[in-house]
Amino acid sequence: MTSIDLGERDLFGWHEALAKGDVHPAELVQASLDRIAAVDEQVHAFLTVTRKEALQEAEQVDVTLSPLAGIPAAIKDNICTQNVPTTCASRMLHNFRPPYDATVIQRLRTAGAIAVGKTNMDEFAMGSSTEHSAFGVTRNPWDLGRVPGGSSGGSAAAVAAGEVPYALGSDTGGSIRQPAAYCGVVGLKPTYGRVSRYGLVAFASSLDQIGPITRTVAESALVMNAISGVDLHDSTSAPVEVPDFTATLTGEVRGLRIGIISEYMGEGIDPSVRQAVQQAIQTFERLGAEIVEVHLPTTKHALAVYYLIAPAEASSNLARYDGVRYGYRTPQAKSVVEMYKQTRDEGFGTEVKRRILLGTYVLSAGYYDAYYKRALQVRALMKQDFDRAFEHCDVLLSPTTPTPAFAFGEKTADPVTMYLNDLCTIPANLVGIPALSVPCGFTPEGLPIGLQLMAKAFDEATLFRAGDAYERAAGFTGRLPELAA
Amino acid sequence: MMTETKLFCSCSTAFGAPPNTHVCPVCLGLPGVLPVLNRRAVELALMAALALHCEITPQERFDRKNYFYPDLPKAYQITQWDLPIGKNGYLEITTDEGIKRIGITRIHIEEDAGKLNHGVGGYSLVDYNRVGVPLIEIVSEPDLRSPREAQLYLEKLRSIMVYAGISDARMEEGSLRCDANISLRPLGSSVLGKRAEIKNVNSFRGVVRALEYEQQRQAEALQNGEVLHQETRRWDEDRGMTFSMRSKEEANDYRYFPEPDLVQLVIEDAMIAAAHAALPELPDAKQKRYIETFGLSAYDASVLTASKQTAAYFEAAVAAFPKDPKAVANWVMGDFSRKLNEAGLTADQAPLTPEQLAEIPALIDEGTLSSKMAKELFEKAWAKGASPRRIAQEEGMTQITDLSQLIDLARRVVAGNPKAVADVRAGKQKAMGALVGQMMKETKGRANPTLVHEALQQAIEEQTEG
Ligand SMILES: [Zn+2]
Repeated sequence: MTSIDLGERDLFGWHEALAKGDVHPAELVQASLDRIAAVDEQVHAFLTVTRKEALQEAEQVDVTLSPLAGIPAAIKDNICTQNVPTTCASRMLHNFRPPYDATVIQRLRTAGAIAVGKTNMDEFAMGSSTEHSAFGVTRNPWDLGRVPGGSSGGSAAAVAAGEVPYALGSDTGGSIRQPAAYCGVVGLKPTYGRVSRYGLVAFASSLDQIGPITRTVAESALVMNAISGVDLHDSTSAPVEVPDFTATLTGEVRGLRIGIISEYMGEGIDPSVRQAVQQAIQTFERLGAEIVEVHLPTTKHALAVYYLIAPAEASSNLARYDGVRYGYRTPQAKSVVEMYKQTRDEGFGTEVKRRILLGTYVLSAGYYDAYYKRALQVRALMKQDFDRAFEHCDVLLSPTTPTPAFAFGEKTADPVTMYLNDLCTIPANLVGIPALSVPCGFTPEGLPIGLQLMAKAFDEATLFRAGDAYERAAGFTGRLPELAA
Repeated sequence: MMTETKLFCSCSTAFGAPPNTHVCPVCLGLPGVLPVLNRRAVELALMAALALHCEITPQERFDRKNYFYPDLPKAYQITQWDLPIGKNGYLEITTDEGIKRIGITRIHIEEDAGKLNHGVGGYSLVDYNRVGVPLIEIVSEPDLRSPREAQLYLEKLRSIMVYAGISDARMEEGSLRCDANISLRPLGSSVLGKRAEIKNVNSFRGVVRALEYEQQRQAEALQNGEVLHQETRRWDEDRGMTFSMRSKEEANDYRYFPEPDLVQLVIEDAMIAAAHAALPELPDAKQKRYIETFGLSAYDASVLTASKQTAAYFEAAVAAFPKDPKAVANWVMGDFSRKLNEAGLTADQAPLTPEQLAEIPALIDEGTLSSKMAKELFEKAWAKGASPRRIAQEEGMTQITDLSQLIDLARRVVAGNPKAVADVRAGKQKAMGALVGQMMKETKGRANPTLVHEALQQAIEEQTEG
């Protein structure tokens, strides 16, 4: 069997080849496994590779089930997969095998998709570099000395390294879009409620969303077709109709009103990033879109609001890891209270502990009103800000991140500089709207740059249309780095 | 609450299953799971709030109460904190001084925790069957003035919950639990002292005992010049004493915040109307009706309505013999209730149907059963679980109410007792008694005494004429 290069075709192409019988699903899965074997020692995108299960499924799958049938995928390790380790890159869950599949996994199974493994991440999705994994860092395939971003760094790197055609990530404050930008791939954070969270190990419940990481916008739309829609197991999933997202990819953006967020085009944005985004704006203009300037004054509070709400929810969500029922338990405790304390002290990493402490503090009696309640109020104001902006435009445009991928250790010493990385991505989570990161160029050193597009809640279709038209015109997407196999 | 399934998952709520058999990823709080609200639980809680005359919060919100304990798998309990489903209600109790209204501060919905079994082979084991079972917490105003009133309040509350089908309210199964708060105040003062909350009380009797004990303990402490502090105390049933568990200062900070995994539930008017419609006639209304329609005394009405099953039994029996509700009431409250208590049954479990019980006062009313024989017949019917009317017929227990059936016997008795007959003729009424006694003996007591007299008179007259 000659090994196939997964980079040769996109998802549409592979589906066609499978349907025609030109390739067999087992060949695609094998190609993925071969690529992982060849490059993952350098990249370390995967925490678990389910070789046996994937090959078995490939033998049995009906390729006519859906456009994703028979095609390999990677899953972030905070999405529950039945009987397959789901560690959240934490020592706390090092041995946890869920007895159930997340709803997105069930949907992918129904579609005939084949998971080849679970990807690395910042522990419990807390971080922007995948340096906070308990099981080692993931390296950026474009520059192995740099971070892939995070927390879905493993998923983004796996796609960029050509190990899988697409992956699922999760995004609480930019955890899909930022690594997508750093790795030169496409990442979508869907509208809050668009994709079921059932089976996604919770970080911050009111912000978390699962979304796809792909090489192109069109493929993102294809994956969204499979995983979107209301779920009876998730009360916060929305009973909103799911269109065929691929049908909206007309390449046509004439008359589309694109708002440039002035707050995200000035200070703190790396010149190379700003320049690439300026060029993207020109591309949109050339395509006939209407460019308007937009002010979102409340966005300056976004970081503060996020770092109150997300840790508060996390402190409660992560309280269940107590060593009583599953996961890590300290071997040396002599009482229940000691077991709790030591289990959590030994099981969690520094960043997770930092956020649990922060969240516990802001919810404490006497501080709740000043912090958590106030944060919810500002969040409501931000929603109004965005609602007003969408009266004047259909899509909001900004850089995905202020800088390109940074070097290992560059930001771990000072958590705040790490947090600043999520400046542009956090508002979409707080407001609950969909946001897409599309490659929009490279720095002089050859590092990818990401363009962020945001739309009204449940208007992913417009995001896809704009993103697809842009990437076709700009031609930065679909490029993969050279990795010595 | 009597839902089929738990508050946030589809596991069974049935009591008494083997440990950890009614569990799933959701109620075990496994990583990644989400709660889905059981609407039936909201409906039942709404009925409870309406039955207790509460104002309804139109938008239900749930909150997380965070604390670590091995019986709480998520390390938070989903409850309602500042927006309970109902508030500012009341219920009424009947004390020796008359009807007293007890304020209901709030009713809220929450999920139950699991159960710890300590000291099994050196380990503590956890049973999560109960985790996530829906319950309502009802907080009353400080309106109760004695342990007796507390008992009346609890009895009334239980009867309302059982009547409305909201809960089976069994303290021994934990489907009714009570934390009793008590504080004293100087005579004539309206300012309450520091209160103690008593936990671990497992019966109504225990509530009364614990409150009586605590009342005395606090009084003695105050008289000794001690200063009381707000605290939680544990009732020790065996020793009949309370012990301090923790002071207010040591209380947990539960870090309540809105549950982000649930969406706000709007209680629409139609839902309130449906809950109203689903509420059956409650004990207060029933008592009033028994007094007004059946002419029962207030006491009888309260006895008959104390249990839902007894009231239902009584009403079915009255329907079978509507002529004399008072007579039916006497039977239900008398021998019938005694038998139930002896057997430890509720009225719906009795071997006699209400229709069958109603046959007894009916037979008496028809004159075919003496009240003396009625008791005997009831015992037989209860033992056999059969129709009293049929037993009476089969065993010849009915009264002889036909004169023609007695006249031959009377003639023989008159013929066989010439002396007594002569005495009767001489006006000695005592002698007549002897003849009646003879007749009753011969009929084994089945003869109607009035008819016996009549038959004897006729026989004596015939003899005279002959
Ligand atoms: Zn369950």
